[in-house]
Amino acid sequence: MTPDQTRLQLTAFVLEDQTGLTLVEVCRACAAEPEMVMALVEEGLVVPSGAAPGEWRFTGVHMQRARVAVRLQKDLGVNIAGAALALQLLEELDSLRARLQVLEDAGR
Amino acid sequence: MEFKDYYESLGVTREATPEEIKRAYRKLARKFHPDVSKEKDAEAQFKQVAEAYEALSDPDKRAAYDQLGANYRAGQEFRPPPGWDPSAQTGAAGFGDSSDHSDFFESLFRGMGGGARAGGHSGSFDMHGQDQHARIQISIEDSYQGATRTLQLRMPAVDAGGGMRTQDKTIEFVIPKGIRAGQHIRLAGQGSPGIGQGSPGDLYLDVELLPHRLYRVQGHDIYMDLPVAPWELALGAEVEAPTPTGAVELTVPAGSAAGRKLRLKGRGLPGKTPGDFYFVLQLTQPPADTEAATAAYSAMAEAFPSFKPRAHLGGQA
Repeated sequence: MTPDQTRLQLTAFVLEDQTGLTLVEVCRACAAEPEMVMALVEEGLVVPSGAAPGEWRFTGVHMQRARVAVRLQKDLGVNIAGAALALQLLEELDSLRARLQVLEDAGR
Repeated sequence: MEFKDYYESLGVTREATPEEIKRAYRKLARKFHPDVSKEKDAEAQFKQVAEAYEALSDPDKRAAYDQLGANYRAGQEFRPPPGWDPSAQTGAAGFGDSSDHSDFFESLFRGMGGGARAGGHSGSFDMHGQDQHARIQISIEDSYQGATRTLQLRMPAVDAGGGMRTQDKTIEFVIPKGIRAGQHIRLAGQGSPGIGQGSPGDLYLDVELLPHRLYRVQGHDIYMDLPVAPWELALGAEVEAPTPTGAVELTVPAGSAAGRKLRLKGRGLPGKTPGDFYFVLQLTQPPADTEAATAAYSAMAEAFPSFKPRAHLGGQA
């Protein structure tokens, strides 16, 4: 197997800044069925704008949360409520780590 | 290729029951899952554990593995026996998905089917390719200026004949300005190739900000300690200070207290609503190590006879 060499120039997006994502796009990014993403919406784990699933618009933050929730379910065997709890705790942990970092930096 | 000891990966004996294997897997999965773990190399560790579990949790695969692997030790050179007929597999959405199997796993189990976890694509073998993940470290200056980065990737690719081969790719992109720690850079189409007419997956980069000697990041605001002399705080001063966008002249207002924050609006991390840049005034006093310095401190003490720095402590001043 001789590896090929290619060089590509790409446009990078910040996932969290993206808006107006459709259910189809979120399903694709999560490699999940619409039913799965709809269940996440039902649980309140992601809250899209728009009334019906066809009109739902998600943000990049929603998409990232959905991706993590789907992975936690597949890989750790937790249910949606468990994934929602894990996500909430992870987000709290992140903000605590960020605050700790600031305090440690200020004290050095 | 090297033989992999899946029992060792999960930390169980060859006699382990399916329940013991599942328990061991779950425990390690919680420890190393890339979404949860801060362990170094969490993703690589997790993939190894997930692959071991996939092999040992399926009775057919485990039987085949036991039969073939009885005479091997981990790391030993392994050659699959003839007669193992490979067939295509489809992927799933987790980190431990089947497109990331080691060559060892592939050569052992490709003929045994897989992809039982993938559903909803009946009547077609077209499938969206897997997303890939990596970490990227970025300096605060990169986030301000949007520096160009290149990444070397080694990826599976489908050639014209439909076979798989390895492709080395160099991708170049500009770091989006204002990106913050914990955000993700999405490079569309740079994940694994799709199957059939399926589009390729995306590449996601987890962004980490490197600590900086001077600047601290809080959300999209930047903080920097600015040392000032006692007379600069008391009398006010014009001082020069560095920022990521260049040196600035700023006014320390007369009568400032140590710890006062001076804000440069909109000079934090750039974005639709840019952050602010804060100087935090830090009192620094010169040592009393010359006659003149000692005299100056004495004169200061005489000039403030009613100054009681510890009055609020409630005891004797």
